[in-house]
Amino acid sequence: MMHYIGIDIGSTCAKTAVLDEAGQIALSFVQPTGWSSVDTAEEIRRRLCGAGYDQADHCCVSRGYGRVAVPYTRKAVTEITCHARGAMHLHHSRDLTVIDIGGQDTKIIRVEGGQVRDFIMNDKCSAGTGRFLEVMANTLGLRPDDMCELARQGGGVSISSLCTVFAESEVISLIGRGERKENIAFAVVDSIVKKVASQAKRLEEGGLVCLTGGLCESEYIRLALGRQLRTEVQAVPQGRYAGAVGAALCAGDLAKKG
Amino acid sequence: MADRREMWKALGMDVDTHDGLCAALPVAFGDVYLSQKNRPEGMAFWDFVVSDIHGIRPAELLEAQKEGRKVFGTFCVFVPDEVVVAASGIVTGLCGGSQFWVPDGEKVLPKSICPLVKASVGARLGRTCPFFRIADMYVGETTCDGKKKAYEILGEDVPMYIMDLPQMKRECDLLKWKDEIAAFARKVEEFTGNAITPEKLDEAIRLINNKRKALARIFEARKDPDNIPISGADALLVTQIAFFDDPARCAEMCNKLADELEERNRQGVSVFEKGTKRIMITGTPMAIPNWKLHHIVETSGAAVVCEEMCTGTRYFENLVEEGLPTLDQQYMALSRRYMKNNCACFTPNPGRVEDILRLAKEYRVDGVIDVNLKFCCLYDTEGYSVERALKEAGIPVLGIETDYDDGDSEQLRTRIGAFVEMLG
Repeated sequence: MMHYIGIDIGSTCAKTAVLDEAGQIALSFVQPTGWSSVDTAEEIRRRLCGAGYDQADHCCVSRGYGRVAVPYTRKAVTEITCHARGAMHLHHSRDLTVIDIGGQDTKIIRVEGGQVRDFIMNDKCSAGTGRFLEVMANTLGLRPDDMCELARQGGGVSISSLCTVFAESEVISLIGRGERKENIAFAVVDSIVKKVASQAKRLEEGGLVCLTGGLCESEYIRLALGRQLRTEVQAVPQGRYAGAVGAALCAGDLAKKG
Repeated sequence: MADRREMWKALGMDVDTHDGLCAALPVAFGDVYLSQKNRPEGMAFWDFVVSDIHGIRPAELLEAQKEGRKVFGTFCVFVPDEVVVAASGIVTGLCGGSQFWVPDGEKVLPKSICPLVKASVGARLGRTCPFFRIADMYVGETTCDGKKKAYEILGEDVPMYIMDLPQMKRECDLLKWKDEIAAFARKVEEFTGNAITPEKLDEAIRLINNKRKALARIFEARKDPDNIPISGADALLVTQIAFFDDPARCAEMCNKLADELEERNRQGVSVFEKGTKRIMITGTPMAIPNWKLHHIVETSGAAVVCEEMCTGTRYFENLVEEGLPTLDQQYMALSRRYMKNNCACFTPNPGRVEDILRLAKEYRVDGVIDVNLKFCCLYDTEGYSVERALKEAGIPVLGIETDYDDGDSEQLRTRIGAFVEMLG
């Protein structure tokens, strides 16, 4: 049986997905990108070989952060196309708005009739990205997931700076003031959610809204985004692999074309 | 290349720092230009100009100054070259297009000002550009707040004349701009010691019109729906150099190039493969050597076929009426032509959106990239209307804000790559 491999090396995590001919995920794994995406690519190759997949045949890489580092792929497709295709596949829909909060950039992609119609990526700085969340969690001495969960119990505090560096000093002064951790966690998550929602509002025009990427596993973020956008934001368990799944689908197309 | 160091020293330049720029430029030019395939042969002239960009033309200008002619440095397509030429003056563009000059500009300007303004001030104060040293007088204009304030700083270092451009397009504004042109003409007469007569001004109007017509011919050849005879990067270079070159020679070289491009269209000689997506770039100007966006687009599977910018259609579109008998009528004709320019400094500015939709059709573009230099409030804000109009017309558009430095080129590559994929 033929298999198609998709690799999505992000600034924080590297995601790999293997699809069978029926489009089912046969294997998926994630690892930290680490210092060297070249080493990461090599490790992925070893893991794929170990699981019995020949990466030389039908492999596509998502053209984002680590695109140049994977020497054994047939083609690089931009991360926008990969995420859009992956989200369509995972959510069984051809009309949707995809929100992907990545480590280094946040993408909002509008898909209509199975085609990418428009997209926005944050271009200014790390405001509204996973990195913002990571830095703040670090300052609070928490893991990012735990901070998102803790935020659920907090409220009443806000952070006004969108700049990661200035926001960090705001968090530090909140800590110094003796503010409760859950309230600070709430303020951090609230800040990123509002920033992402304001970007998404520029593209969202009804229809399904889905959250992909690592943060889709946080129920609280998903609900908070939904409140801001006044619509239900959906997520699926494999949402983190949307980019990799999209790349694998592109690999499948290439293979079929010959 | 001749050794120009003595000339630069005599101009009071910081030659050692300038060497850094001289070392970097050929590398950048090689990467962006010489790596292209299937270029028109006529581009050899522009390659030659760039190979000695701070030598050939500055040496010519110095020779002209020895004969008593005055050199006027300008920063904007609104300053009428015709008036200067009619008084036997010479116009040279002064806009800085390199990150190299930005740090020197930031010594006196806030960081949050557009890189074009910072680079222009830095090139003067850092003494690292011969054109900024040679110009006898700078002529500014009130098209943006950053420039207005920067001119005050430059004015402490060099004779500076400012033209007050109206920011609306009522009849009274056209009359006001005519008066500004007349006042500028008096200043030029006084500064050069040469009287401007209707005959001389008509001659100058014809000269500059000819240059515009020649540039327009090159752009006309880019409209061919089945063939792309010249890369966007090369066409941009031609426009950029036009701001510095002698207008008669510019027209001659552009006409030669246009002949070749028309022949290429007849023969089907294209720079790009058939089916390559056609992109128009709209927005803020790209002063030499800012080739960043064109290079990224054209190495991401698409081709730039039109620039709706001051280094593009806004430079050459519309001609000045020729053959008018009096200075008064000529100044009015100049005002009418220049006020047709739909710069984002005007309000309201529906003409720009109309231009963009028209150009998108004429050049058969598949998509538009609307770009603004960081901190250009005018073009950034107008981007909203531009992008909305394009979307309504069913033309895909990508909005981009960028700077001179290359820090964002990989992100831009991803976004532009995705945009090209989106075009199908």
